[in-house]
Amino acid sequence: MAFWVSQTLNALALGGLLFMLASGFSLIFGLMRVANLAHGALFMLGAYVGLALVKAGFGFWTAAATTAVLVGVLGGVIERTLLRHLAGRTLPQVLLTLGLAFIIADACLMTWGGDPMRLPPPPELAGAVRFGDVVFPRYRLFVIFASAAVALGLWLLVERTRAGAMIRAAVDDVGMARAIGVSASTLFTAVFCLGTALAGLGGVIGGPILSVYPSLDQDMLPLALLVVILGGAGSLAGAFVGAYIIGFIYTFGQVLVPDLAYVILFLPMVAVLAVAPQGLFGRRLG
Amino acid sequence: MSELALEIKGLSKQFGGLPAVSDVTLAIRPGERHLLLGPNGAGKTTLFNLICGDLPPTAGSIRLFGQELVGLPPRKRTACGLARTYQILTLFPHETLCRNVMLALNGLRPQKWRFWRDFDDDTDMRAEAFAILERVKLADLADRTVSQTAYGDRRRLEIALALALAPRVLLLDEPLAGLSRDERVMVQELLDTLPQDITIVLIEHDMDVALAFAERITLLHHGSVVITGSRAEIAADPRTREVYLGA
Amino acid sequence: MTRRMLPFAVVLAAMALVPVFTPSHFYVNLTSQVAIAAIGALGLNVLVGHAGLNSLGFAVFPGLSAYLVAWLSTLGGFDPVSAGLLAIGGTMLVAGLFGVVALRATGLGFVMITMALCQIVWGAAYRWTSVTGGDNGISAVPRPGTGLLPLERPEVFLWLCVGTLALALIQLGRFFDSPMGVALRGTRDQPRRMSAVGYDVWRIRFSAWMLAAAWGAVTGLLYAWYHQFVSPHMMAVTASAEVLLMVVAGGAGTLAGPLIGAALVVLLKNLASIWIERWVMLLGCTFVAIVLLMPDGIVPGFGLLRAALARLRPAPAPKLVPRERADV
Repeated sequence: MAFWVSQTLNALALGGLLFMLASGFSLIFGLMRVANLAHGALFMLGAYVGLALVKAGFGFWTAAATTAVLVGVLGGVIERTLLRHLAGRTLPQVLLTLGLAFIIADACLMTWGGDPMRLPPPPELAGAVRFGDVVFPRYRLFVIFASAAVALGLWLLVERTRAGAMIRAAVDDVGMARAIGVSASTLFTAVFCLGTALAGLGGVIGGPILSVYPSLDQDMLPLALLVVILGGAGSLAGAFVGAYIIGFIYTFGQVLVPDLAYVILFLPMVAVLAVAPQGLFGRRLG
Repeated sequence: MSELALEIKGLSKQFGGLPAVSDVTLAIRPGERHLLLGPNGAGKTTLFNLICGDLPPTAGSIRLFGQELVGLPPRKRTACGLARTYQILTLFPHETLCRNVMLALNGLRPQKWRFWRDFDDDTDMRAEAFAILERVKLADLADRTVSQTAYGDRRRLEIALALALAPRVLLLDEPLAGLSRDERVMVQELLDTLPQDITIVLIEHDMDVALAFAERITLLHHGSVVITGSRAEIAADPRTREVYLGA
Repeated sequence: MTRRMLPFAVVLAAMALVPVFTPSHFYVNLTSQVAIAAIGALGLNVLVGHAGLNSLGFAVFPGLSAYLVAWLSTLGGFDPVSAGLLAIGGTMLVAGLFGVVALRATGLGFVMITMALCQIVWGAAYRWTSVTGGDNGISAVPRPGTGLLPLERPEVFLWLCVGTLALALIQLGRFFDSPMGVALRGTRDQPRRMSAVGYDVWRIRFSAWMLAAAWGAVTGLLYAWYHQFVSPHMMAVTASAEVLLMVVAGGAGTLAGPLIGAALVVLLKNLASIWIERWVMLLGCTFVAIVLLMPDGIVPGFGLLRAALARLRPAPAPKLVPRERADV
């Protein structure tokens, strides 16, 4: 029993991290029709930068906030200077974001070396909580609630604010949104910043759980892609549901059939694509 | 009772909650020239998309010479003798005009799966393609690529691709769109030379050409049939004026 | 057709003759690597260049077939040739399944699904240690070799690779001009029209997928025999990206492009491993540079350059020249 409870909590924590990664990816995809393949690398960069800041003596919270801003600004620069010129051209966008992913990943390797490093959780969240016979790290509980809070915040932003109304209008029809006075250019940059900042924040928040190592990006990006394929591109609800499905399957797969943890990820993907090629919450893309 | 070429009953299509086509019923006899009229957004092109299978209908039935089409993919409908043109040019831009027509000719033939023989070595098919290009007066340009031709030529190639299928029922979506006066005359002559046994359903905003061509007319508005009848009946009906003048 | 293949014949002959010019195994092996990579790039080009399907998981095909042949001919106890045939057959089976999944989408959905599929197989190779050897991979994969065809000798192995490359070029060269090839490009440019004139767009795309997978499987076989070693790295994202780079850098949709791209990437990678250790960084920078500077690749770029030069070259002013000559 204790095993199932604590693994369920682990799955919720991983699902929450995947949501932070995939929601940004999905928002960018839905709005700009860009699959940002550098998203995993930005997540890893976030983890490394957060670690570096903590090592430099900053508090965990300051480090997390600063990292989110830095990675978000980097995302904005990428969008403004490079991606912007490739609007509507799938293959060049794929090549560019993939190229950037390689550059960022190798720069991390150059700067921080190849050994895995641990990012310590903030002292107030160190240690474990006990419920009956379940002992669970306090920090993981925090991750579960923090990611749920991020999800709630994003939902409020998209559904309840003026900026969110613009995003929804532009996701439906960019031309129409422009016609009613939405500045698509500003909106694109803003959403790209937001999405990449979430990836960076996810990296720092995930650091104490996943640890920080050179192929973290290659481990996380495919999971985020699976989340988006499952949930449907461009849908926050899809990213949310997909993230927890993948979080559960991957977590339980790793403890029950460690050899085939990756292979069973194939199953939900096949099932969803068979029934709804556009994903659970997605709209059919052209 | 003779069989109808195209029989549509209770056909509806909704996008989200919005009806684009609602409860359309049409009966078109073999060899008929039928015009679909209606302002922009009346559901004319959506109706074509439903007939040829690009969209699944929400409800209703479509019969081609008695054969139910709903549920069949577009290529099977083509095999039943249906062909269409598009309002927005839908050509193969990197291929020559001849190869464009050959692609269409090959669509219903088993040799489309050949992967070893050179396509252009099929001299019989090249000759067939030339004959079709001749009919639309494009034979001189047969070996140019689409991107090297003028807009007016592309409009006629659009028709040639449909003719290559030797259809029994032909749907023409604004074949005169964007053409100059001379080009219009050319297309009009082409339409007049089409064999009488081909049933033609036409969407066209050029009233001079369309009214001269069509025997029967259906007026659509907001996705529904307002009236179907002869030229004179449509012209005399007060609802025609209402639809167009918004009175 | 034959005339167009002439430059290819010359290049392939030159590759086959490398052992005659130099006794150095280094250059012979480098040429083998180019030939093997080029076969894979030609396969991916069917998808990227002709079907308009951008796969980011192409390495899954060579990966599967290499792992299969490695496992079958070591732990499985098969002789290398039977193992090779079984490996290609097995890869085609899995490819069929993957094709059904991946072709549920086109565009960016296809990119994401192919990448995810390749990562899943990569993960299996990496984690399923009891079968795949995990990160250590499977080593001591035997090359087939008989008295007549001693494939353990580098120059003989090179000839096998160049011969296979020749087959790939002939098969694909004919395919691209065949009714099927023209129809495939039709589904890339106008899928809607293609189904309206009677084609089964899905089946055409699926056939293209299987054709690409077949040449991918052949690449994997040669790769496993060449290195006599397989590891999960051959299915990493970077591996799929390298093949894509070969196609795009050379010129997607052309027959010569993947060959030139393969030579470029293999040489660059070998040079990089000697002079600098940052292949991944170089790969990333090359991608960004290609997108910004030469989005169409070398072969089409060269064609444009030639056209531009032809325009620049002052038209041989016909009135002036004869008069000057007359004066002389």
